[in-house]
Amino acid sequence: MASFFEMGGYAGFIWPAYGIVAIVMAVLVVQSLRDLREQRRLLAALEGEGARKRAPARTGAGQ
Amino acid sequence: MTGMSDLTATQRFHALANPARFMALTERLVLPLGLVTAALIAAGVYLALFDSPADYQQGETVRIMYIHVPSAWLGMFGYMVMAGASLVALVFRHPLADVCAKSAAPVGAAFCFLALVTGSLWGRPMWGTWWVWDARLTSMLILLFLYLGYIALWATIEEPARAARAAAVLALVGSINVPIIHYSVVWWNTLHQPASVFRIDGPTIATSMLMPLLIMALGFTFFFVTLLLVRMRAEILRRRVRALRLARAEG
Amino acid sequence: MTRAFLALLKRDIALAIRVGGGGGMAVLFFLIVVTVVPLGVGPNLNLLAAIATGILWVALLLSALLTLDRLFQADYEDGTLDLLTMGKLPLELVAAAKAIAHWLTTGLPLVVVSPLLGLLLNLDGHAFPPLILAMLVGTPALSFMGAIGAALTVSIRRGGLLVSLLVLPFYVPVLIFGVVAAGGAEAMPGAGHQGLMLLGAVTLASLVLGPVAAAAALRANLR
Repeated sequence: MASFFEMGGYAGFIWPAYGIVAIVMAVLVVQSLRDLREQRRLLAALEGEGARKRAPARTGAGQ
Repeated sequence: MTGMSDLTATQRFHALANPARFMALTERLVLPLGLVTAALIAAGVYLALFDSPADYQQGETVRIMYIHVPSAWLGMFGYMVMAGASLVALVFRHPLADVCAKSAAPVGAAFCFLALVTGSLWGRPMWGTWWVWDARLTSMLILLFLYLGYIALWATIEEPARAARAAAVLALVGSINVPIIHYSVVWWNTLHQPASVFRIDGPTIATSMLMPLLIMALGFTFFFVTLLLVRMRAEILRRRVRALRLARAEG
Repeated sequence: MTRAFLALLKRDIALAIRVGGGGGMAVLFFLIVVTVVPLGVGPNLNLLAAIATGILWVALLLSALLTLDRLFQADYEDGTLDLLTMGKLPLELVAAAKAIAHWLTTGLPLVVVSPLLGLLLNLDGHAFPPLILAMLVGTPALSFMGAIGAALTVSIRRGGLLVSLLVLPFYVPVLIFGVVAAGGAEAMPGAGHQGLMLLGAVTLASLVLGPVAAAAALRANLR
């Protein structure tokens, strides 16, 4: 097991390489999903607001 | 005046109709694609780290190849996607094309960066330095600058429609220039190193190494596509938010 | 159409000379950059002679870059560009005229002063003719490819830095072929001729690509 982590003496190069790839890919995923959620929330808020504004206007026109 | 607002109304409808279908379709696609990606990359990592031999010349460092080569592949693939989408955006005015181009750029740039870093980590024990002005590394670095310029252009022009057209022109000019730049760098490199250059991936590759490499490359490609869809969804929503806000501000 | 093209060319040259800031400033910048290099690497004449061609080319690229943001900006701000798009002259030719004017008022003066700077850097006597020839062949590409970057950023206030970021990668082939064509960079014998041919090819390609892409970029920004 220990020899696996040593990677024939090249552990200092192999693990950082895998590490940085994993980190960058994770950051990409988290950032993209967070952005998607944020935009969804903003859109829902805007659309809810619009519906509330429009509703009284319609009843006003009906009177 | 009324004619103009009619035109923008139909344009808006057109712009909304297609993305709406895209949103419905990708809603169901993202999760399965994500699972396939995870399975492929997990299998790739297992093969790369546990179930493949060390190279007789490069020893264990060859394991960096399994992430370096797919990163470099995506770095180039990302630019191809960007340039292709830009062409579609300019010629056919497809409303999703520039969303695709914009969303692909940061992902492609990230993998370009990863290819450079992993290449450097691989080169250090092999070449004895962190960086050599090798033709491929140099081209990759210039490709990264092209990505960054493209992203910067999107970021500086505020109005999305205007930014989209300008960025599309830049991506297309870039796609014409990339082969020329690559050729010039290779030519420059051969002038200075007429002797045989040490090739990092070697001309031939054993099948025991080819299998993990192919699976990893496939996994990375799935990762790119899935992430691209997620980012495109966010971008479409962002534009809808912007359009709604503008409409509110006007009326 | 030819007359409109020439009129525009003449106007741009006259403006560049009268307003100043364009070519003159670039030449001054060129001079200062080249002066700063020996201060940085030391006054060793042999070292300077070895890297002179490379320094001159790099400094030339930077000087040309500096003036690019002026290419369309002034005409965009005062509305002239809008008028030009409505005129008889296709926007591609407008861009070409402006790029030619830019080369005549910036690229050419830079080439003219470069022998003087070569003296400062202890450049070998017989290295001058190929250097000047290579610069004459290569500098039009700087103006024509730079026009694309200038057109892309025309609507951005203070887009100068962004232009450099966008355009510099496109200048890489010009730099590589230009330095080798000028006999620098310890190139192998015979490489100089090949470099000059390739440099000419890049310039010819930029003469076509530059105006077309710059016009497309201007249209994107003028909507």
